[in-house]
Amino acid sequence: MIVEIGHYALALALGVSVIQALVPLWGLSRQDRALAAVGTSAALISFALVALSFAALVASYVRSDFSVANVFENSHSAQPLLYKFTSVWGNHEGSLLLWVLILTLFGALVALSHRSLPPRLRAGALAAQGLVAAAFLAFTLFTSNPFRRLSPVPAEGQDLNPILQDLGLAIHPPLLYVGYVGFSMTYAFAVAALIDGRIDAMWARAVRPWTLLAWTFLTLGIAMGSYWAYYELGWGGWWFWDPVENASFMPWLAGTALIHSTVVMEKRDALKVWTILLAILTFSLSLLGTFVVRSGVLTSVHSFATDPARGLFILLILVFFVGGSLALFAWRAPLLRQGGLFAPVSRESALVVNNIFLATACATVFVGTLYPLALEMLTGDKISVGAPFFNATFVPVVVPLLLFLPIGQSLAWKRGDLLGAAQRNAAAFGIALAAALALIAFTRGGPVLAPLGVGLGLFLVLGAGFDLAERIVARASGWPAMLSRARGLPRSAWGTALAHAGIGLSIIGIAAAAWSSEAIAVLKPGERLTAGRYTVVLESVLPRTGPNFRAEVARFQLFSGDRELAPLEASKRVYTARAMPTTEAGIHTDWLSQAYVSLGEGQDGGLAVRFYDKPLILLIWIGAIVMAFGGALSLTDRRFRLAAPRRAVPAAAAQPAE
Amino acid sequence: MTAAQTTRQWPAKRRMTRKQRRLGMIAAAGAVLALAAGLVLFAMRDSIVFFYGPTEIAEKGVAPGTRMRLGGLVETGSVQRGPGQRVAFAVTDGRSTVKVSYDGLLPDLFREGQGVVTEGIFEGAGRFKADSVLAKHDETYMPREVADTLKKQGHWQGEAGAAAPAKP
Repeated sequence: MIVEIGHYALALALGVSVIQALVPLWGLSRQDRALAAVGTSAALISFALVALSFAALVASYVRSDFSVANVFENSHSAQPLLYKFTSVWGNHEGSLLLWVLILTLFGALVALSHRSLPPRLRAGALAAQGLVAAAFLAFTLFTSNPFRRLSPVPAEGQDLNPILQDLGLAIHPPLLYVGYVGFSMTYAFAVAALIDGRIDAMWARAVRPWTLLAWTFLTLGIAMGSYWAYYELGWGGWWFWDPVENASFMPWLAGTALIHSTVVMEKRDALKVWTILLAILTFSLSLLGTFVVRSGVLTSVHSFATDPARGLFILLILVFFVGGSLALFAWRAPLLRQGGLFAPVSRESALVVNNIFLATACATVFVGTLYPLALEMLTGDKISVGAPFFNATFVPVVVPLLLFLPIGQSLAWKRGDLLGAAQRNAAAFGIALAAALALIAFTRGGPVLAPLGVGLGLFLVLGAGFDLAERIVARASGWPAMLSRARGLPRSAWGTALAHAGIGLSIIGIAAAAWSSEAIAVLKPGERLTAGRYTVVLESVLPRTGPNFRAEVARFQLFSGDRELAPLEASKRVYTARAMPTTEAGIHTDWLSQAYVSLGEGQDGGLAVRFYDKPLILLIWIGAIVMAFGGALSLTDRRFRLAAPRRAVPAAAAQPAE
Repeated sequence: MTAAQTTRQWPAKRRMTRKQRRLGMIAAAGAVLALAAGLVLFAMRDSIVFFYGPTEIAEKGVAPGTRMRLGGLVETGSVQRGPGQRVAFAVTDGRSTVKVSYDGLLPDLFREGQGVVTEGIFEGAGRFKADSVLAKHDETYMPREVADTLKKQGHWQGEAGAAAPAKP
């Protein structure tokens, strides 16, 4: 019964979304306020219906109702409750339902907030958002129905893919989806502005929180996915320039550019047409990401069995929304009034430079990701484009941008002083350069690029810190004055500094990866293996039984030199339902570095062991968390609270109880 | 924006600068894009890797010493381990076979009779030195290239789990 209610609610939600999409547009064209306002209630109803539907699916999973095909295929009665719950989105159908849930949640939030927005803009945005929701609801219902029943009812489920039975991956998709779907809001506002033919700083202020929210979650989602790949796949890599990773990275790059261009629009009423285009492109890249992941057109280490019919459907959605919005853009963009001029040396020009570089970097990732597909269609040759390609294209584009970042950050609006900005950053640059040179001297014979990378990261961190310090210290004397100045600084200034420092931290972590060392050997109990600064001694190998798996656990003792650090456990698990093996790495965190041990197969009475020393690796993800924190801090800036006084709290609603 | 509006809004001198600035902006964007395009073209020459099945290696006349990806099925009974973590196995598409040597740990889902993708150097005479063997998340998943290779050689029996449901 619950299942049928869920299915029915989903079908109703499709109907309501179609109403949300079409009626306000009709109202807008007839200048009918009442019709245009229908979108508000439609958005709320459609969210309630999708939430009900999602709750029904959650209920089926929690109760292990194997009469539902989706539950049978992806759950098992012996699974811990947490993974029964997260299995809901550990599969195609359920994750689509989660996607639609977040989409309609955002629609409902727009319906509840932004009362200060011009009604035409709101109506247009809700209509565009409703259209996206309708497309994805139709996709879910017609190609990926999560409520399909099975008869006869199987006695036991097939279990969730063991590699997904992990806390990191359990929260990765929701984070990523909030990011992807958040950009649908900026897209909807862009389409609304194009329909309306008007755009101003008010638009930028309405869009900016959504962009920041989406960007913050996408940052966390990408970092989470990368950390998961690092500890779960057991080969110590954290980024593979794989199509699925690139699919989430492209919207991130475009979204980062969008955050910066909306600032220019808000402060200087400029870059309007570009910002609109960027908003459309960012969501288009999110859709492209969905297409890549869901259709399996690109081979990826993360890809799963996929269905071409679904790929075709998503391709149609992609063509409709990207093509449609770009056509609308070509038709309506000339109507938008051009913004103000700005001086070549100014904060706004620096942000234009930022946008040029970020867009170019995004384009290189785009080419690298889709070129294999294009080539195969044209010539039939199959190629793979991996890290060497991106190291040779993406990195040279991004490094100048990062070098310029602290200088651009300290330029003033309207008319900046390039020399002054350079001088203000001279100290940070000097310290970073000195540190890099010292590292080169200290690690003579080691990789040269790594110290330079660390220097670059340090420059970003120091530049962000000094910029803040200067704004606090300048013209203030004595601690109380400085403290009040620090408090008076807008939160978005703190957010900016944190986000930029976060990038610096991540870059230090990435650069330090060049110093990591790896050792592989077949060990018998009592034997030792050394990588870099660490040594492990294999103590024993024991069998162990978990709730839905059997494991072979190897216990190690970890040493740094002669100093005993900690015991370490790595294991190989075999999940009984699918007879599928997985590797659980043993990781010891030593300050910011990690020692990482994972197991291969047993042979000749020994055990193949892979052991890494990963210096400073945690900085990669700490940097991402700092970035996301910066984004969240900007989100709480006073001007957005004023712009959207009645914003509802998005918590709770996302997890309807049974 | 129409020309009439522009004239109304800005005196002649400012209009010139607007145009110039826009040109400057376009030039800057063009320069960065051109640089990136150059980098991309350069990288395309050196850092992309072609994928071949065992039969294709012979058909296309892949030169020894070429870096490539090799895909197919791990031939049943061909896996020889040791000494140490060295592994030798054969990759087949049913018609031709290539002998692969690999020094390292195999991914969890590496099994005889299963699809595999390896990357490394083709050494000529049906020998291949792999430096990575790619892991997949799902045991029913067949790498698309491998499936295509097998289809081409007429050894495709449907996906191992064609009847089995799709995973995410």
